[in-house]
This record gives sequence, structure tokens and C-alpha cells, in this order.
Amino acid sequence: MPILNVMVDSVVPAYVVGDVPHGVVSGALLSALEAIVGKTYVMSTPEDLLVYEYDATIDRARPQAVVLPNTAEQVAEVVRAARRFDVPVIPRGAGTGISGGALAAVGGVVIALTRMKRVLEVDPENRIAVVEPGVVNLDLSRAVAKHGLFYAPDPSSQRACTLGGNVAENAGGPHTLAHGATTSHVLGLELVLANGDLVWVGGRTRDVPGIDLTGAFVGSEGTLGVATKIVVRLSRLPESTRTLLAIFNRLDDASNAVTAIIAAGIVPSALEMMDKMIIHAVEQALHCGYPLDAEAVLLIEVDGLEESTAEESTEIDRICIASGAREVRQAVEQAGRDLLWAGRKSSLSALGRYFPNFYVLDGVVPRTRLVEVLRESNAVAERYGLAVANVFHAGDGNLHPNLLFDERVPGTTEKVLAAGAEIMRLCVDAGGSITGEHGVGLEKRDFMAWLFDDADMAAMAKLKQAFGADEYFNPCKAFPSHRGCGEVGHANLQQAAGRLGGELYV
Amino acid sequence: MSIDLHPEAEPHTHALQDDLSRCIHCGFCLQACPTYLELGLEADSPRGRIQLISALAEGRARPTPSVLGHLDLCLQCRACETACPSGVQYGRIMETARATLVETGERPFAWRLRIAAMRQVLPHKTRLRALIGLLRVYQQSPLRERVRKSGILKRLPGDVAEAESSLPEMPPASFAPTPQPPGLTSAVAMLTGCVMPHLFPKAHEATVRVLNRLGYRVVFPENETCCGALNLHGGDRVFARRLARRNIDAFLSQGVEAIIVNSAGCGSTMKEYADLLAYDDQYRERARRFSELTRDVLEFVAAHDLGPLGEVRRVVTYQDSCHLVHAQRVKTAPRAILRQIPGLELREMDSPDKCCGSAGLYSMVQPEMSQRLLSSKMDDVETTGATCVATANPGCMTQLETGLRQRGLGGSAPHVIELLDEAMRATHGRD
Ligand SMILES: Cc1cc2nc3c(=O)[nH]c(=O)nc-3n(C[C@H](O)[C@H](O)[C@H](O)COP(=O)(O)OP(=O)(O)OC[C@H]3O[C@@H](n4cnc5c(N)ncnc54)[C@H](O)[C@@H]3O)c2cc1C
Ligand code: SF4
Ligand code: SF4
Repeated sequence: MPILNVMVDSVVPAYVVGDVPHGVVSGALLSALEAIVGKTYVMSTPEDLLVYEYDATIDRARPQAVVLPNTAEQVAEVVRAARRFDVPVIPRGAGTGISGGALAAVGGVVIALTRMKRVLEVDPENRIAVVEPGVVNLDLSRAVAKHGLFYAPDPSSQRACTLGGNVAENAGGPHTLAHGATTSHVLGLELVLANGDLVWVGGRTRDVPGIDLTGAFVGSEGTLGVATKIVVRLSRLPESTRTLLAIFNRLDDASNAVTAIIAAGIVPSALEMMDKMIIHAVEQALHCGYPLDAEAVLLIEVDGLEESTAEESTEIDRICIASGAREVRQAVEQAGRDLLWAGRKSSLSALGRYFPNFYVLDGVVPRTRLVEVLRESNAVAERYGLAVANVFHAGDGNLHPNLLFDERVPGTTEKVLAAGAEIMRLCVDAGGSITGEHGVGLEKRDFMAWLFDDADMAAMAKLKQAFGADEYFNPCKAFPSHRGCGEVGHANLQQAAGRLGGELYV
Repeated sequence: MSIDLHPEAEPHTHALQDDLSRCIHCGFCLQACPTYLELGLEADSPRGRIQLISALAEGRARPTPSVLGHLDLCLQCRACETACPSGVQYGRIMETARATLVETGERPFAWRLRIAAMRQVLPHKTRLRALIGLLRVYQQSPLRERVRKSGILKRLPGDVAEAESSLPEMPPASFAPTPQPPGLTSAVAMLTGCVMPHLFPKAHEATVRVLNRLGYRVVFPENETCCGALNLHGGDRVFARRLARRNIDAFLSQGVEAIIVNSAGCGSTMKEYADLLAYDDQYRERARRFSELTRDVLEFVAAHDLGPLGEVRRVVTYQDSCHLVHAQRVKTAPRAILRQIPGLELREMDSPDKCCGSAGLYSMVQPEMSQRLLSSKMDDVETTGATCVATANPGCMTQLETGLRQRGLGGSAPHVIELLDEAMRATHGRD
């Protein structure tokens, strides 16, 4: 049986292009692009474009051309050229996004920033660095480690995602609780606007006079412009870090412990929770000594001066026990800490043992309503006959329910999508939000209306206009109502949902 | 040369689609991929290649020269497997893809030629010996200087000049087993392999001596043959299976404790015979046993008490052989051995587990990328200040020696087992 059936002649377009009035990528545009970046860095054959039709979501959409510029000026010229031909542009980093932000929803030119990966300047005295957008998050921390510094926002995807993508998505991570998300660490940006102008917003210090345009840009999901240089704040590597792992018999006790820790004025750098399903999976996979009758495990980390971490960890230990923890483990040395983190880091990979597919949701709820929403979302899953595993950033109420399924069972994927939407709705009804850190992108546009009314949405649209960005600039992202974006994104969902399999650490 | 490349009716061991469906495009593998790091192009990344193979499998793309070019540029170093949190078996995916392209007649001429050459030479001891003999004569004669000076190599098609300069220096004699000390009670078998006995007789001699020292008699099964790794990587799964069966027959009849191999590339393939022959009713069970018995020599040795070791005064850096660290996941054993040697200072380089560009036949078929990777590797080596680059695979040894030579660094690229042997021998007369 030949598995590689290589005879099909035509390449099927990933999506039927909607009625967004955009031009066709013509030979003339391609030549213009080639003149800017050189022939090697313009892709336009179907085979070359295939590999830019995805990010880490289950959606797909194929661009008509991909350009890999090397400088900010080239980015500006590319944007101008596309504009001249009325063709949409879509900025792209490493394509690790899980909301479809880097997909060419209605076709167009993808501007991939992966060649712009230079750390331009490190200023250890003032603790800042100036980087290009294609620098990989972890590479920056590695580059500045010799100065005793690091870049604090640590999305789980940090060894792959780019700082440009982090800026666009306002990425966070397990340590966002204490250190803040990307927005707290970006001081200034060089931007290419939709008309091709190259401008600077913000600066090299915390307070820059004028309207905080940097703040507006961070988290705008690539809809306002292309970041071509980023001034980031660096943090000092903590003198000491302590990790605690607390095991609870009851979910409520664990949740109360979370509230009590924060109420005690302690701000752990990480506060993560795993539920029973995860505990079982991890224990089977790693044998790390999680009791199988436990309902919840908390992973807590504090960092800072030696004295304060010692004090805080003692206090956390006490609070956990007082809240009903049956056991608290602690580690200071790197190896011991890695061991405690191991369960968390491989939690989703462990799930792969039970189910070939899973769908990661990203909702936020007020911390005090965590348990309640958790119960309800478990009930939703149960109603649909789906297994669910929860692992999440408890400290900031960021839930990641994972719906587990096997796409080979007919009808399951539809159920998963419907259950996912219901769970998102629960988060909103509890006073929360539809994304903690993964962004709205293509996937969750339709949920925006749950949070914002027409006037709210109009205000956002005006901001986009103020940046000079119109529907040609990363169309169909974050905003629900572009013409022609209608069914884009869900067209291939059924089939593509099956691709969400395997093992992830989110 | 006419050769029958028609497929035997053998099933693919694993459904390619199943393997492919595990990739969720998370991109975690991108920064581990040497070719992506060099080029920054998604099509030359693991995720991109998986996508291309999926598209071929689904009929969404055709095997154009550009698509095949991206597949060809893959080193099959499997660094992406180590990096992948989703357990995607990339090596198997690429092997199956190549094999299928070959079997469906879609392979380009260059692939076909390579496959034919490998079939004709590697498993044939006499042909190999003759070829090696010719090379030896060529390298030792004044002819080489004349050829190099004449510039004729530069005028030949392809990168013959590059390939010629990357040829390892042939040692004067090949490996031949010598009598082993009496009284050794346990026995292990050892694969001598195709080119290794000719190019690296010293590594083989060292392996035997170390094993003897640890109390093992080393058996060399008469009918052993090439392990089939190069065939497998080149898309000739059919022939690789034939070689695997021959080795299984040759080795399993020996009743030994372990099958030892000191070439990481061979070892990883031998450990995967079980996979390769999973659909072969006659061989399935024995293939599994063969794979279970197979041990890389460093992995095997590190599990033993090494006894007294003498001093080896040297600053050493260790290059992880891809097929040891990524395919067999053996990372600590070589380092543990080196650290036990008195006087030896191990200095880790940056990214020791990034491919040096050797990758089987890669340095010959992709000389440009191979050279780029070697240069970046040598930068990392130079930064450590070490001039002895220990490693665990003949291809890597050749490539790193070339690197040292190109940089004029002197030094050497021995197999870790040679350093251990030296340390064991340095105790001579003292114990
Ligand atoms: C396994 C896994 C775990 C993850 N864990 C986390 C996590 O813990 N926290 C978290 O926050 N996210 C997480 N993510 C999501 C993702 O990694 C982040 O959103 C990341 O910031 C995306 O970066 P990227 O370079 O891959 O961007 P891409 O996916 O390429 O693009 C994302 C968006 O950014 C825009 N963009 C990219 N570069 C630029 C630029 N220079 N200028 C303007 N816009 C730009 C794109 O248009 C797009 O809208 C995870 C993803 C995966 C697959
Ligand atoms: S095997 Fe090596 S070269 Fe090939 S895709 Fe994986 S990491 Fe890249
Ligand atoms: S890390 Fe694994 S799952 Fe992720 S893109 Fe690479 S191969 Fe696919």
C-alpha cells in the first residue's frame, strides 16, 4: 500500500477566500518583494507556502506569498509594496501561537520575522536590552545570563517562541504571577505601521511622556503594526529560589490554600495547580510519588533574597498544612526543584498515554471562583461524555482545561468544540475572560461579543484605525466582524482538530 | 550498472499517517534543528518537513525538486525527536517517507544512484577491502599531490574536490582480531561493521582491550554484515531488512550476553531492528531479542566498575554523536567515563548535542551545509580551548578530524573508548 500517494496534481486551497476586497498576489508584487529582500527570501510556490499555513492551532490558512526580511527598513518596504497592490499582510514569528494569529486567514503576504534574530544591545547597568523581533525568548535569557540577568516572562513555549510574538500576544508564563506578563517588561518599540512608516513608541525607561502607545501595542495580536525592534527590561537572577509541592485530598482545600497564601501577602513567583486526572497520568508516567487518592497538587515557587525565600517558604508550608494539605515537599537545589517541576512540565505529555488527542482551553476567572468554575466545567465535559484534565496557573486564575478525546470516534470533534465553547462561556459568566495568555486570534473572535458590547468593539476598531491599520493588516484577528472572515477558521476544524494530539506542556 | 530496485512486497512497519498525526505543530523542535538554525526557513525545519511529508501523503503536494531538496537537506540527526514533547518519531517518519518515494518510483536519479552504490559496496567485504586498498595507495602515492595540484577535481561535476578533501586518512592496516587473554568467562559479540575496521582499527582494538579488561571475551560472528543504517537512511528499507536478517542469524547463534557496537549510527539501527522487522513473522521475535541485546559500548562499559585507571593528561571536549544522544538517548555514559579518567579535564562546549555535519553520507552529498555546520561546530570547540574532541561514531570522528585539520588546531578526534583504553593501559605495571 503506497502511503505517500504522490499523484494528485492540483493543490487544494486551504480556504475559500471570503469577500474581503483584496488584490491578487501578482507577478509584479512578487518581483517587487524580490527586489526588496532577494529571491531566496520570497516564497510563492505551493510547496513552499504549505509550511506557512499553520501555527500551533488546529486551524490552517495558506498565504499567497511569504517574505523573510532582514531589516526594519525591508519590513517597511514590504508593507508598502503589499499596500500598493491591496494585498493583506500578516506578521509571523515562530508560529507557536495557539489562537491562529499568524495565519493568513484570507490569503495575502506573510512577513516572517525569523531572520531578524539579533540581540542588538545589552545594557547591564540599566538592565535593558534592545532586540529584533525574531529573537527566541529563551535565547535572550541565555544571552544575558553572564550579567546575572534574565528576561522574566517565561511562556512554556519559551524555547521556541519569538519576542515579537510575545509582544503581540502579551505572553505570560508560570512566573507571571510575581513578575508580570510581557507588557510589564517592554519599554519601547520600533514599529512599521500599516502605511509603511517606521516609528518609535515608548523609550528606554519606564515612564515616557505622552500616551502609552507601547502599552496599547503589546497584546494587539499583530493587528496594529509590525514590531521591528523591542526594548525590554531585564531582571536580576534571584539569589535564591525555593520550590514547594503540596498534596491535598480535597480540591477545595487546595483552592483555599491558594487564597490564603495570597491573602498572607506572599506573592509566589509561580503557583500552579494540577487535578486528579493529571495526578494519575503523571504518576503512571513518571512515578514521582503522587498519591493516587489525592485530589489536587499545588506547585509553588518563591524567589528573591535567601532570607525572604526561607521565611516565605516556611510560611507557605504552614498555610498549606493549615488548609488541609496532607504533605508538603520542598527543594532548594536545582536538581531537587527540577524533580518537583517534572510532574508539572510533563503533565500533558503524560496524558498522551490515555488519549491520542486533546484540546487546550485558556480561560481566566477571578481566583475566588476557581473551584466553582472548575466544577462546572467538569460537569460540562461530563455532559458531553468527554474526559477533562485541569492544569493551570492558579495564582492568577488562568485555567487550562484540556478536553481529552479520540478523534477516530465519529462525532467527537464536534462535541469537543461545543464543550469548549460552553466552558469559555462559563469563564465569562463568572466574571472572567476568554484568554489568559494565548490570545483571541482567529479561534476566539466569536466569543469577544460575550465580553464587549458594540461600543467597546467600536472603540477597539477606532484604535486600529488610529494606527492606520485597516482590514488589510492581519485581517480577521481579534475582532469578530470583518467582512469575509465569517467561516474562516472553522472550515477545516473538524479534520484539523484531530491534529491536536500528543503531548504538550501549557 | 543495472540493479533491481523493485520493491519486495513488504509492508511499511508503521503507518506513516499515525506517526504524522502526533505532530501538533507546536514548533518546540525548531531551535534544535541544525538546518533551521542555519537557514531560518520553515521548510528546512522538522515541523516543516513533517508538513511536507504529510502533504505528500495526503496528495496535497507533489515530490517536486524543491520538496525533495528540503527532505534531502535533513541530516536525520533526530535532534528534533529529543526536543519534541509530543513524542513524534521523526526518524521513522523520514525513513518511511524516503522508502516510499523510492518504492513508488518517485525518487530522483541521485537517490537511485546512491542506493545502488550502497547495495553494491557496503555489505561486500571483498569489494570494500579492494576500494579501501585503492584509496590507501592513492593517498600514499605522489599521485594525490599531482591530482590536487592539477585542479582536475574542481572541474568534475558535483563536489568531488570537497568530497576528496573530506576523505579520512587511511590507516596503513585494517582491524583484524588478535588472540585474547585466556580465562575470560563471560562473552559478548561485537559488530565490526563495514568501513569502521578499515578507517578506525584503533577504536576497534581499544574496544576489545577494554572489554577484555572488564572480563569479557569478544566474539566476532563470521557471517556478520553491514548494519544497514546507511541503506535505511537513504530510503532503501528493503535492502536494510535483508542485512538485518543476516545479522540476526549471525549474532543470535552465538549465545552471548550482549551485542556490542562502537558506532552510534550502527547501534541505533540495530536497536531498531525490532521495528524494522515487526511485520516479518519469521524474524519478529528474534529481531526483538537482537535489539534488546544490542548495547553501545559506552553504555555497556559505563555500567561496570572500571577498576584502576592511569592518568591521561589532556583537555577534552565531548561531541555527542547524534545517533547516540538523540536516537539511543545515551548522554551521561560517555561523560561519566571521561570524568573517571584521572588527569583528563572535560570541558563542555556550547550545544555538544548539535550535529557536526557528518551524518552518514551527508558530508558527501550535501557538502555545503555540512561544511557550514562543521564550521559552527569548530567555533564551539575552539572556545573551550580543548584540541581533543572525543566522540562515539566513525562519521563524527572523520568530520571532526577534518575540522581540526582545516583550522590547523592539531589535536585529534578519538573515540571515547580509545581514551578509556589509554587510561587502562596507563596503569600497566602498577597493578
Ligand atoms: C506548547 C505551547 C505552550 C505555550 N505556552 C504558553 C504560555 O505558557 N504562555 C503564553 O502566553 N503563551 C503560550 N503559548 C502560545 C505562544 O507560544 C505565544 O502566544 C507566543 O507569544 C507566540 O509567539 P510566536 O513567535 O510563535 O508568534 P506567532 O505564533 O508566529 O504569532 C503570534 C501573533 O503575533 C503576531 N506577531 C508575531 N511577530 C510579530 C511582530 N514582530 N510584530 C507584530 N506582530 C507579530 C502574529 O501576527 C500573530 O498574531 C504556548 C504555545 C504552545 C504551542
Ligand atoms: S533530523 Fe535533524 S536535520 Fe532533520 S529535521 Fe530533525 S533536527 Fe532537523
Ligand atoms: S516538537 Fe514535535 S509536535 Fe512540536 S512541531 Fe516539532 S515534531 Fe511537531
